[in-house]
Amino acid sequence: MNYEFGLYVFMLSAFLGFELIRKVSPLLHTPLMSLTNAISAISVVGAIMLSGEKDVSTLSRVLGFIAIVSATTNLVSGYWITDRMLKMFKKREPAGK
Amino acid sequence: MSFYQFLYILAAASFILALKWMSSPATARRGVFVGEAGMLLAVIGTLMRAEIFNYEWIAVGLVLGTVIGAPIAIFMPMTGVPQRTAISQACGSLASALIGTAEYYKLKPHGFIMSALIIETLLGFLTVTASIMAWGKLQEVLPGRPVTYKGQFFINMSVLAGAIILGVLLVLNPEHTELYPIFVVLALTFGVFLIMPIGGADMPTVIALLNSYAGLSACAMGFALDNKLLIIAGALDGSSGFILSVIMCKAMNRSFANVLFGGFGQVQHSAAHGVETRPVRSATPEEAAQILETANSVVIIPGYGMAVAQAQHKVRELADALTKRGVDVKFAIHPVAGRMPGHMNVLLAEADVSYDKLIEMEDINPEMAMTDVALIIGANDIVNPAAETDPSSPIAGMPILDAYKARTVMVIKRSMGVGFAGIDNDLYYRPNTLMLFGDAKAFTTSMVKELGAT
Repeated sequence: MNYEFGLYVFMLSAFLGFELIRKVSPLLHTPLMSLTNAISAISVVGAIMLSGEKDVSTLSRVLGFIAIVSATTNLVSGYWITDRMLKMFKKREPAGK
Repeated sequence: MSFYQFLYILAAASFILALKWMSSPATARRGVFVGEAGMLLAVIGTLMRAEIFNYEWIAVGLVLGTVIGAPIAIFMPMTGVPQRTAISQACGSLASALIGTAEYYKLKPHGFIMSALIIETLLGFLTVTASIMAWGKLQEVLPGRPVTYKGQFFINMSVLAGAIILGVLLVLNPEHTELYPIFVVLALTFGVFLIMPIGGADMPTVIALLNSYAGLSACAMGFALDNKLLIIAGALDGSSGFILSVIMCKAMNRSFANVLFGGFGQVQHSAAHGVETRPVRSATPEEAAQILETANSVVIIPGYGMAVAQAQHKVRELADALTKRGVDVKFAIHPVAGRMPGHMNVLLAEADVSYDKLIEMEDINPEMAMTDVALIIGANDIVNPAAETDPSSPIAGMPILDAYKARTVMVIKRSMGVGFAGIDNDLYYRPNTLMLFGDAKAFTTSMVKELGAT
């Protein structure tokens, strides 16, 4: 495995993250945290890999299953509530003018 | 290159776009959508991988997770958003900690992979308990005040050092499986100890920081599994959580160390604890409504008290009633008002306040001197002039909303009790301040009624 390459990917993504987040308006900080919280549920990928393997041990199966459930909970509730919040951000035209 | 790798690249690009589109309310929902699409691609891609043989457990897990997650998202009231984020973080980091644990027992790898697994599980486990503690404090199951005792810092650091030393030993000798459970217990314990001395009002910083840890844990998993998608998504989360917590610290003029170890918000037993004898002026809802009605400009300053009283809808009605009478109404939002970054914005958006009326601190402060009435609802420390005038105050140097500069200041408050920082607020004793004693929601309701009647 090429660790060096992985570290480069990490470095570039971290800087990209900084640049992207700095531009987010404080208005949206809560939905932003909710969204990044949902994105951290990407660990579901690791959980699927673990549970899906051939000849998986009982320990891996149990831990992998709990991991899938909790990562999916994180994922579903994270994205859903972020959207619910954002739906509420509206710009109203001044009424009656 | 296999097809799944192609999907992974698309997923990574989706996450980047999702964060980019979050920068403006106009594109933010598109951002969530593309983020969801990215996650879907990642899951589909993973299911297509040749290594996957057993689908039953995966399917059951995915369905069960959805069944648990969906009701949380649908029924959680907006005031509960900080708690939900904390508990969701606990779930996410539990997943990554358990995967790391399973990988360790399966492979007992050496060198770089083992280091990555140790970082993954250390951050994962400590974030699980820390998030649960944060949830407890936000939900007020646990006391919101910091819990401190003598030698706490030393004990906390010893636990962390113990976990790190065991982690290093495990990297050097992965075969010593008997060390691993102790390592896990120490990591879990450190998560609890980490949050104990941190008070409820510092939760915006802490939740952001825990978000960063959860991301970094997923990132370390990416290194352990040689999965670039995990590295990218984890790094994006890690940097996002980190930068948000830095923004929160700056908004309070405090260092990370002070937030994490300062025990901020303990009840102060200082000499200044003498009986307060200065007079305060108070007003009834009728009087307050009259003053608001005759003003040209009103700035409403919400704080955590508005969230607790669930007063956001009534506050919006008040703003509407005033706007109808030609009063210019704006909302001033302090970066750390509430229990989460941007907490007030979400609550007011829920109450249907147009987001261009929500003004950030730097933009509203220059206007304060020209404002007729500053109406403070459930906020305290973020408008305390002691931050600017008293260098010995615990909140000295914290940027505040300059409410005191307004011609009239009105404060809706249940009693004369101190705010979170445990210090008295000089603002309440100023000659241009009117105290409106009562529950934020009840008082606002009476004011709205009064405005409707005339």
